[in-house]
This record gives sequence, structure tokens and C-alpha cells, in this order.
Amino acid sequence: MTDTTTKTGTKTSTETRPHATASKRGFLGQMELDLRLLGMIGAFVVICLIFQFLTGGLLEGRFLTPRNIFNLTIQTVSVAIMATGMVFVIVTRHIDLSVGSILATCSALMAMTQTMYLPDWLNLGLGNPITPWVAILVGLVAGTAIGAFHGWLIGYLTIPAFIVTLGGLLIWRNVGWFITNGQTIGPLDPTFQTFGGINGTLGETWSWVVGVVAAVVAVAAIWSARRSKQRHDFPVKPAWAEAAVCTLVAGGVLGLVATLNAYTIPDARLERMFAARGEVMPDGFTAGYGLPFSVLLLIVVAIVMTIVAQRTRLGRYIFATGGNPDAAELSGINTRLLTVKIFAIMGALCAVAAVVASARLTNHSNDIGTLDELRVIAAAVIGGTALSGGIGTIYGAILGALIMQSLQSGMAMVGVDSPLQNIVVGAVLIAAVLIDIIYRKRLGVR
Amino acid sequence: MDRTGTPLVELRDISIAFGGVKAVDHVSIDLWPGEVVGLLGHNGAGKSTLIKVLSGAYQKDSGQILIEGKEAHIASPRDARRHNIETIYQTLALADNLDAPANLFLGRELTTALGFVDDSRMEAETRKIMTRLNPNFQKIKQPVSALSGGQRQSVAIARAVYFNAKILIMDEPTAALGVHETKMVADLIKELKKQGLGIFLISHDTREMLDLCDRVSVMKNGKLVGTERVEDVTEDDILSMIILGKNPKAAA
Repeated sequence: MTDTTTKTGTKTSTETRPHATASKRGFLGQMELDLRLLGMIGAFVVICLIFQFLTGGLLEGRFLTPRNIFNLTIQTVSVAIMATGMVFVIVTRHIDLSVGSILATCSALMAMTQTMYLPDWLNLGLGNPITPWVAILVGLVAGTAIGAFHGWLIGYLTIPAFIVTLGGLLIWRNVGWFITNGQTIGPLDPTFQTFGGINGTLGETWSWVVGVVAAVVAVAAIWSARRSKQRHDFPVKPAWAEAAVCTLVAGGVLGLVATLNAYTIPDARLERMFAARGEVMPDGFTAGYGLPFSVLLLIVVAIVMTIVAQRTRLGRYIFATGGNPDAAELSGINTRLLTVKIFAIMGALCAVAAVVASARLTNHSNDIGTLDELRVIAAAVIGGTALSGGIGTIYGAILGALIMQSLQSGMAMVGVDSPLQNIVVGAVLIAAVLIDIIYRKRLGVR
Repeated sequence: MDRTGTPLVELRDISIAFGGVKAVDHVSIDLWPGEVVGLLGHNGAGKSTLIKVLSGAYQKDSGQILIEGKEAHIASPRDARRHNIETIYQTLALADNLDAPANLFLGRELTTALGFVDDSRMEAETRKIMTRLNPNFQKIKQPVSALSGGQRQSVAIARAVYFNAKILIMDEPTAALGVHETKMVADLIKELKKQGLGIFLISHDTREMLDLCDRVSVMKNGKLVGTERVEDVTEDDILSMIILGKNPKAAA
């Protein structure tokens, strides 16, 4: 009797097992969407809705207006660009506390190049077509060199990254001060300023073009990944799920473009733009800002960094080293040189962020990028990068930066006191990591 | 067993010290094609250290490494791989956060024409070799941290076998395995031996060693106690070599 029950018991369980797994893969499971990503998007939506209500209700609120969304995106760019690099740093079990200071040094160098070095030494004034590009090149070279130097100290001289970059935090902050004698340097070159956000946007038509191209490319990429899987006889998700993901992605991209286009340029400013061209503005003429160049820059950085992370050997080695440094070394990976490369990338991204940050302010000020290191680390960590190494995504870090920025500016709009704002942001950082730990334990992944 | 001509590997007079401790003290061993040589000894006898000199993880202080009669300079794991030396480490040396194909091809990724890593081709190759080594292996796309001990072991073995090794180093390949998987590894060793590979095997299991190896070398306190053909010695002889550090046959 007992025998029979056990037998039938085992039999049924083996028979039903495949079935059970299939039914457990419900709606979301079939879409094969990343649950962490969904969680973060959910958190972001909740934050937006809360602030929308607090600033005047679902329809009248001031948080989800084209104007505020535009500002939110351009405020996020600088930190988000650096956060993509911080993912690599943290994934390899390092940390970089010096990014805000490297940003300041790069910004100082670029500002001085535009306003002093080029005009005084080469007689090239502000507004000369090559001025902004030379300045950006100087900044990029400086940032990359500083980062590579940090990486060399960490990788080859084996000084802990925490110490090297803590020293760097003090050193580069004050190198920037030294270069400028502590003065605010500005105004910067007009072309250079177009990287800041409001001073440089694509306009409605080109924004739509970029949006449509981006949507098409994204859908094509999803489709080609599916074809590649089919070619190797790997299982693919059902066509409807694939189509739903495509719709979501394309809808998101085009929705963002529509929102940014809906933020119209103020009449007075439009009139000045027409006047500058020697024309008169027609009555009732309106124009939207569209995609800011800085956001476009962030998108390009995000795509490049994602490709590096997922499709190149460098990225593979970064994640392998983060997962098991000894294994990486035994597999013939030069982990020291890898450290130099990672910090060089981080430095270069600090320079790119410096372009955006100083262009947005239209000048270089001494305190530019102060506390950015903490915002950048927080963005990467909220975005799911594990400090124990080996895990992290570029899109997560960008979303993390966006969540932090929307919290901060939302609270500012609601009128929360400044100290309280920082208390909340700090608490959110800790809570996000706690939720992440619980989530990973539940799923049994590291 | 034909031991004429040039040996596949000759380690001559190898020494390596950490601080004041002589981990390996003037040890010489050799390995012939199609041969399995077992390394025995207590923990800390210097077996793993000696073998890590050959696999490029450690640098020897003195001595020579000869591969097929020619002196080889092995300064890194990459050099060892270039000499077709593959190692299965005791710790397996897997990146837990990556999946099986990424681990199998780590450091030697297949790339597309544009230089990007070719994940689907690596996955297909992994499936191919896994059906040969361990047909039960299913979780190709999962991080290896989600795999059982035996499955992780088969990833490590697949990595060593896939790249046409001539010399294979196996450091305690069956320590973490169940009965069934241990047999799988033993069968594999016999199969590879037939194909003409030379294998260094490290294990604590004396009986397993007598079964799988052609010769055994015993080490104690960094020194080589002796190398014997398995048909010439009993299990007791080997045990006394391990424990007493003396070769009973030499004494007799």
C-alpha cells in the first residue's frame, strides 16, 4: 500500500514537473523581461505619480509636465554618464571616489583652454569653430590620463582603489582650483554650451527623425536576436511576447520624443532667435525644444557602454574578473592592465560629464561636481550593481541616476527642506540595496 | 607503455620558495604521451605548487621546463595555454556570475567578423561538447553558481578538453563528486589517454590513483620521495612513502 502511493507520487511529480514550470512562467515570464528592471521602472513610476499628486493632482500636477521632464532629463545626464563607467569599476570590486574631482579638473582645463590658452597662445577667440573641439579633446585626454594613472596605481602597484581615489578626491578637486586660481571661468564658447541641455536641442523635426530611427533600430535588434536564436535551434519566446516587447520599447522612445517636443520654446526667446537671423517671427509661431544634445550624448554613451559590456572581450573580462579574480587570471586575462583600462574609461567619462555639466552652467565654477562621486556610486548601486562584484547593468545605472534625480527635484518642487531632501535620498539608497539583497536571496541568485 | 624518445614534459630540478619556506625543493619529474602520472602526498607536500609552475600560475625560482625536448618559458597561464597545457584546478577557477559558454571560452572567446563575442556560436559549441561529456547537462544559459558540483566540474573539464590539449593537469578532479560523476571522470581520463594526451593527476585517493595512473610520484615537505610504476608497488608501499617519506624499495 505504502509502496503504491510512493510510486504513484513519484510518477505524478515527474510527469507534472515540466508542466508546472511552464505554468509558472506566466505572462511576464513568457515576455522574459528582467524583473529587476521592471521593479526599477515601477519604482520610478511610483515616485513620479507621488510627486505629480503632491504638486497639484494627477492632471494639474507640475511634476509630469513636458517642462519638468525636460529639466529632469538634462539634470540627470552628467551623473548618468559617469554612472555607466562606475558600473565597470564596481563590477570589478573597486570603487572610485574621485569622479567629482576629476570632473572638476577636466572642466577647469576645458574652460581655461577656451578662455585663456587658445585666445592668448594661439590667438583663437571664443566662437572660433575649432575652439570647443580642442577644449573637449584636452578634457578627454586629461580625464583618460588621470583615470589610467589611478588604474596603474591600483592594478600594478596594488594600492587599494579606495585609498587611491580618496587621495584623488582631494588632489583633483584642488588641481582644478589651482588651474583657475579659484575663479569662476566663463562664459564658455557658444558651441561648447550646446552640450549643456537647454542651449542645444535638436528641434521637433530632427527629434522625430532620431526617435523613429531609434525605434526601428531597437525593433530590428530584437528581431535579429530572435533570428540568431532560431538559427541555432535555441528556444525563443512566443511571437506575441516578442511583439509586445517591441511595442513597449518603440512606444517608450517615441513617447519621450513627443514629451520633449511638447516643451515649447518661450516666445521671447523665439523672437530673439528670429531676430538673430534678421527675420521677423510670424504670429502664433511655436517650436518645441525636442531632444537635447546632452541627452543624445547620454544615449550614445549608454549604447557604446552596453555593447562593450555585453559584446566585447573587454566587457566579458570585466565581468569575469568581478565574479572571480583568480579564475580570470588563471584564464590568461591580464587583470592589471584591465584595471588600468577600466579606470581610464571612467576618467574619459568624467571628462564627457564635465563637458555637459559646465556647458549646462555656461561657465566653470570651483565647486562643479562636488559630491558627484556619491551620486554616481548611489546611482550605480540603486541600479543593481553589486558591490561584491560581477553583477551590474548600464541601463540600471542610468535608471538609478534618473530615480535619484527625480526624488531630489521632486522634493525641491514640493518644498521639502534641503536637509530633509538629503536624508531621504540617503535612506532610499540604503533601502534600495536592502530590497535588492532580499530579492536576490528569494531568487537564489547571488 | 613506451618510454623511449623524448618525453612530452620534463620538469628538471624545479625549486620554488615562499618567504623562507621551500614549497618545492629540487624536484624532477617527467611525463610521456599517453601516460597518466599521479602526484601523491600530504596537504602542503608541494604537489599543487609544483603543478602550478607548469600551468603558469607560479614562477619557478630555479630549474627547467622542457616541452617535447625544447625548453619552454612559462611566465603566465597564457604561455601555458600556448604550449597546449590545460589545467583543471582544484577550485575549478570558474567565474560564478557567468554562464557555462562564457566560462568555457574565457580568455579565448569566439568572435564575429566585427570582433564582437559570438555568444550563440559559443553556446552551440558548448552544447556540442557537453552532450559528449555530460549528456544530463541542461542549464547552459544559467550562471554556473546555479549548477551542482558535478555540473560545475564538467564545465571545468570541458574547458580543458575543448581546446585540444596535449598536456592535461588535473588537481583533485573528483574531490567534490558523487560516485556516478567520479566514474565519468575516470572514463574520460582513460579516453584522453588513448588519444595520446599526457596527464598529471593529483589526488588523495591512493586506490583511485593505482587504478588510473601509469606511474605515481610521491612528495613530502617539498621534496620528491620517489617515482614508481604502479605495477611495481602495492598500496602499502605508497602509503609508507607518503607517511614516512621513504621509498621502501630503495631501502630494500
